[in-house]
Amino acid sequence: MAAERGAAGPSAAVKALGVAGELLITIAVIIGLFVLWYAYFNPWVVGLRQEHVAAQQSRQLSQQLKSQASPPASAPSPGAAAAGDQRPSAVPVMAEPPNIADTIGVVYIPRLGSDWRRILRESVNTELVLNSVTAGVGHYSGTAMPGGVGNFAIAAHDIGYGNSFLNLSKLRLGDKVYIQTSLGWYTYTFRNFQFVQPDAINVLDAVPTVSRTPGSDRLITLTTCYPAIFPPLERVAAYGTFVGFSTAPPAELAPLLAKDG
Amino acid sequence: MYRALWRSLPGPVVVRILILALMTAVLLVVLDQWVFPWMAATFVDDQATVGPAS
Repeated sequence: MAAERGAAGPSAAVKALGVAGELLITIAVIIGLFVLWYAYFNPWVVGLRQEHVAAQQSRQLSQQLKSQASPPASAPSPGAAAAGDQRPSAVPVMAEPPNIADTIGVVYIPRLGSDWRRILRESVNTELVLNSVTAGVGHYSGTAMPGGVGNFAIAAHDIGYGNSFLNLSKLRLGDKVYIQTSLGWYTYTFRNFQFVQPDAINVLDAVPTVSRTPGSDRLITLTTCYPAIFPPLERVAAYGTFVGFSTAPPAELAPLLAKDG
Repeated sequence: MYRALWRSLPGPVVVRILILALMTAVLLVVLDQWVFPWMAATFVDDQATVGPAS
């Protein structure tokens, strides 16, 4: 690895230069490794872990739902939607959890990968939610909850810590976003993108970008940074609309859920 | 630096290479577990959310 010149003994200055050069090369290699680690290796490791814990969480929620549904009419069910009632008024909406990082449910977006799913937690706290190996997707506190009237807004990283929303801008019209909670399955359908400045908090409004207007629609907004380089100078907001609630899992997810057993 | 390291290692070439491989493995684990997470938290602007810059 080292140069084989100057066996007779180079001067101290040349030796110092050699050491400095080797140090610089070492630092450069470590920075290069860091970039590969950040963009590929760590997201791969973290993403697998996030998918694994999301699968566990999903199974647990399904069992919970089954046990709630099995004693028919014995307990007053939350909302009248146990029979798959699709009237909007019958959609049960869970209360927003009081603490940051409380688990809300599991997000499924088939377009982001056949195995893609992530645990959704309260707040977009970086350490406890977005960077967490057991979460990945966060709910903007104060926005609507799944199925609720208004704007149900969530966020995730595109590059780094699981690459959760790396392919968010590849969503196509009509793609589904499924949210599983302890109450059941909420389905949203993707409608359009908006590319905005990082401070464009108005994409979270009940009527996106129209502040102080109480919306009557049930919307979803997914945000991540854009483009996937550093520093990301913009944000992308993916909007969708609510299409239905069911206590049964969506047919599109059947193959993935079947793998869980 | 690396030449001095190589000279300071004991044993024949095969043993030295094995020791170096082990040292590299340890270095990679240290980087993965501690150094790179710190670099990510310190140097990378990874804001994924809309809102006031934090």
